[in-house]
Amino acid sequence: MSRLAYIGFAIAALFILAAIFAPLIATHDVTAQDLAMRYFSPSAEHWFGTDGLGRDVFSRVVFGARISLEVGITVVVISSIFGTVIGAVAGFYGGFVDKFLSGYIFNVFLAFPGLLLAIALVAFLGAGQGKLIAALCVIGWVGYARVMRGQVLKVREYDYVLAARALGASNMRILFTHILPNAIQPLIVQASLGMAGAVLSEASLSFLGLGIPPPSPSWGTMIEEARQYFSTSPHVLVFPGIAIALTVLAFNFIGDGLREYLDPKQRSR
Amino acid sequence: MKHRLVNFTRQLALMLLVIWTVVSLVTLLIEIVPGDPATVILGETATREQIENFRIKHGLDRPAFFFSYGSEKGFVWNGADNRYADYWIGLLHGDLGNSFRTDRPVRDMIFERYPSTIKLAIAAMLVAIGIALPLGVLAGSRKNTLVDNAASFFALLGISLPTFVIGPFLVYLFAVKLGWFSPTGSLYPEDIVLPAVTLGAALSAILTRMIRSSVIEELGEDYVRTARAKGVSERMVLYKHVLKNGLIPVVTILGLQLGVLLAGAIITEKIFNWQGLGLLLLEDGIGKRDYRLVQGCVLVISITFIVANSLTDFVYRKLDPRIRLS
Repeated sequence: MSRLAYIGFAIAALFILAAIFAPLIATHDVTAQDLAMRYFSPSAEHWFGTDGLGRDVFSRVVFGARISLEVGITVVVISSIFGTVIGAVAGFYGGFVDKFLSGYIFNVFLAFPGLLLAIALVAFLGAGQGKLIAALCVIGWVGYARVMRGQVLKVREYDYVLAARALGASNMRILFTHILPNAIQPLIVQASLGMAGAVLSEASLSFLGLGIPPPSPSWGTMIEEARQYFSTSPHVLVFPGIAIALTVLAFNFIGDGLREYLDPKQRSR
Repeated sequence: MKHRLVNFTRQLALMLLVIWTVVSLVTLLIEIVPGDPATVILGETATREQIENFRIKHGLDRPAFFFSYGSEKGFVWNGADNRYADYWIGLLHGDLGNSFRTDRPVRDMIFERYPSTIKLAIAAMLVAIGIALPLGVLAGSRKNTLVDNAASFFALLGISLPTFVIGPFLVYLFAVKLGWFSPTGSLYPEDIVLPAVTLGAALSAILTRMIRSSVIEELGEDYVRTARAKGVSERMVLYKHVLKNGLIPVVTILGLQLGVLLAGAIITEKIFNWQGLGLLLLEDGIGKRDYRLVQGCVLVISITFIVANSLTDFVYRKLDPRIRLS
């Protein structure tokens, strides 16, 4: 596998560990305000400095990893399961079912620019972590469904599937024991790219004030709060910014690396 | 010829079907608002009469759809006299309803802002092409060299860095430190540069990767070998033969990305206080809970996206005979 993929795994592992052990790593209470300590530069006491309310930026970035990854993983799990099932149904049954699902339903969901649909849903539903996750799942599942459908269409015609059918295997058995294992690789690639997308979308929506409301230390919200004072206290924006960029970069590296690894045609390039 | 006509008709039918569904979804979005929109807009202190008047004025007293279902009443047929039909009738007359807040026609509010968002999106696209074309060709024609790796790294960086990190950074560097542009965004015509770069950064990264792999793929084709064997210079091979074919998939990506730019513009407009559609949606629409305005904005952006996609598809078929004939 490419070197970049290993770097991706390393960075992702770092953030996952930070998210799991956040209470042990954080040096301060994430919501504790200290108005005498506003916009302090990084120091031994506050590694990443303090923000506009005197809160410790390091601790907030660490807890932010928790929110980001929680949202990202939930979105990826829910939308991949849903998308895989729909894609499998479309590819496996073909005919009218496939025409309706892939020709019509997929197109409808692809007809909205992803972020816009999430914004619209959150605008009407209201902000909050649960609703944010729901909105991101609504825009996320189509990607998995398309990948799965394509794989099923391809694998369905293989001889060993026909052999299994001739032996009297049920549709469910063929789908789960023969087709799914063959389709899983591109789905994993899609999942890691989807993870990067979900983390970025969560931060974007929170930045727009439509995601996770303050005082929760979402990276997007932190950046929105720090934006006004960027020229005088850049550290308040830079650290959560680096955190988002690294997390997204890591999952993109993993996705790209896996895709190259799994696709021999691309590997030689 | 007949085959192409059938294809075209099918394409058009699908586009209309998708637009119909998108309009329906947007129309019905208002039904998922928790609570009563009238109370949300007028506030807790509004009198019963005020709320009643508001509901009548904006048609909120009427049934939402052709039929409704309640736990007590069961299925009720409401006939054509419903809000969904109202919205469609208005839409076909070019009317998107009136703003809940200002009572102005939503259509006018949107089309005041529409040009500046399109301007921003096109500027961003130009920036993206301007960066990606030389970089992608350079990287693709020098595969696995230092130049290639640097270009690929730049591309990944552009994809991973969110606009709301790039934006403030550019403002700090070019507006505050160097003073080339005004930091607030849109004072002078040249102020479009920073928002355009911010919005175009991610696209330029995607395009760089596309062009790179496209160039690599085309360089391996037989016609390239033939051209080289004939003694055509490497520069001519690259710019005359390879780019001509290699840019076809890039056109598709550009068309598809227009919608992403329109949605991304919401963030960029917020950073630079750019008075476009995104800011209208965000501040006047969502910020003031003007649901009618939100509906209109989402609809106009989506339809722009759908039309752009369909046009792209059409151009793509024209450009590539392999697809046209298959």
